Amino acid sequence: MSTYVNASVQKEHDLSQYKGVCVLGEQKDGQLLPVTFELIARGRSLANDLGCQLSCILLGDEIQEIEQVFHRGADRILFIKSPALQNFLPRSYQNAIVKLIQEEKPEIIIAAATTTGRTVMPLVAAKLNAGLTADCTSLTIDPDTKLLLQTRPAIGGNIMATIKTPQHRPQMATVRPRSSKPLPLDCSRTGELVVKDYEPATFLTPERFLEFIKDTTQTVSIEDAEIIVSGGKGMKNAEGFKMVEQLAELLGAGVGATRDAVEFGWTTYPHQIGLSGKTVAPKLYIALGLSGKIAHLAGMQTSEVIIAVNKDPEAQIFKVADFAIVGDVFEVVPMMIEAIKQHKANAKPELCALSS
Amino acid sequence: MHIVVFVKQVPGTDNVKMDPETGVMIRSGKDVVINPLDENALTEAIKIKNSRSDVRVTAISMGPPAAERALKEAIAMGADAGILVSGREFAGSDTIATGKALAAAVKKAGDVDLIICGERATDGETGQTAVMVANYLDIPGQTYVSSLEVKDTSVVIKRTVERGFELVEIPFPVLVSVNKDINEIGMPTLKGKLKAKTVPVSAYDASGLGISSTEVGLNGSPTRVVKVFSPKLSRDTILKRADGTNQPVEELMSFLISKECI
Repeated sequence: MSTYVNASVQKEHDLSQYKGVCVLGEQKDGQLLPVTFELIARGRSLANDLGCQLSCILLGDEIQEIEQVFHRGADRILFIKSPALQNFLPRSYQNAIVKLIQEEKPEIIIAAATTTGRTVMPLVAAKLNAGLTADCTSLTIDPDTKLLLQTRPAIGGNIMATIKTPQHRPQMATVRPRSSKPLPLDCSRTGELVVKDYEPATFLTPERFLEFIKDTTQTVSIEDAEIIVSGGKGMKNAEGFKMVEQLAELLGAGVGATRDAVEFGWTTYPHQIGLSGKTVAPKLYIALGLSGKIAHLAGMQTSEVIIAVNKDPEAQIFKVADFAIVGDVFEVVPMMIEAIKQHKANAKPELCALSS
Repeated sequence: MHIVVFVKQVPGTDNVKMDPETGVMIRSGKDVVINPLDENALTEAIKIKNSRSDVRVTAISMGPPAAERALKEAIAMGADAGILVSGREFAGSDTIATGKALAAAVKKAGDVDLIICGERATDGETGQTAVMVANYLDIPGQTYVSSLEVKDTSVVIKRTVERGFELVEIPFPVLVSVNKDINEIGMPTLKGKLKAKTVPVSAYDASGLGISSTEVGLNGSPTRVVKVFSPKLSRDTILKRADGTNQPVEELMSFLISKECI
């Protein structure tokens, strides 16, 4: 006899009832967040490998331009609509998603490894007694067993583990934001919009959302940044470090720093990356005037693309760099700033033509 | 008011061994520390205890028998009691199995108002276990907490989220997981160290917690590690030398565009 609420052991013959891939989209103030489209790209490739449908779960009250979900590759939208879901409250979201999973029975459900995904997915998995793998960097379908293979880094990125969930459904995972690119916009794609109108009791929770306080500091939070520009001792002084900030601002990037740069007072502790600071994995990491001590590498080596500029050809950072320039940061970085300004002046945004 | 804190003993270095057959971490008693974020959780609990007259703090740890040391350290920092969850049957527990075991241990600790955990452990780095415990205890669970204010019947938390902060009020009992911005980690006190010598730590295995061995360890874990491998750290580096011309930077720009980075 189980001591737990809702813990149920699934029987093998039940597994075949679970079909299709779901991704958990995210919205804020009725605007779809970009991570939704990244998840759809991942889900699409899994659904194609399994030959099944891809559904995108959304929770909220009003969501603008919801058809973008179809344009980016989903077949269905499962929209759980209620004023109670406007802001994220773990229990309300947990109950709503659990109810939906019990109705829809997807074999796979993927969410983003955001503060929302990493909170609600463990709650849902525990309620359903399903397996959950955190912060995956790669998701594939095993061609023989058709199981989801979930690969994630652990121990500061020193070890990668591939994990599967053979006997429990759905197979659940959160994936790192910015670890995949959205599919190109296809404005001719449509799909099925299912609005789930659950009774208000579903969303009851003792939690009370008081307010959201926007982070108004001009800096981009480094854990959330798609690009990070990071500086070390080679920036020479506080004045030199400003060049790091200048390049970051130009790229809409977060500012990172080595322990040395923080201890010299060139920037503050929240910017420190490494064993004694933050672990980050942006799409692009630009390392300027930093040698790449092991403690720093531990905090950034899983970044997708690493660029390094350092005048010491033996610097360890070059070992993990995809593109390296051996040279003086004070000569190279101003050229980079100029080149990026040029590039930005020529860039055009991607938009759907407005239907007449 | 009764506060529970989970403390996990983790490897003190990055040098962690894994069983290549099962993918289970091999934990030896050497070179271990309390997971740093759990120290933040413990510090917050002690802070609340010192601000009121009616608070007791219980530390709970799941691990090998040597994890008792983590509980003694917690008592030295100011906790009143320790509970160790330990037994061979727990080996290989994933977050679901760990969550069930810890929830059962909380029930052993008696009525609880507030559970404080570190946001994640440095070894597994899943950040999943805490809220799973909240589910098994059927109480609200919240995450990424960077400050908390204890009121008479509730707690007001500030969560650090992607684009700012959320303020949420939750009545007791509640579980929260905290990040490192919540406080500066406290230190053991002399009084605490003396207390740690005399206060016994209670220990339970699965049957002591009243859970079937099928609910814990590998048996109770939906997930299975298929393989463990070392990521390729070194990359195929394109190396250019600055020569005073724009050439290296232009090549860098082409590279960034080809990788869709800008």
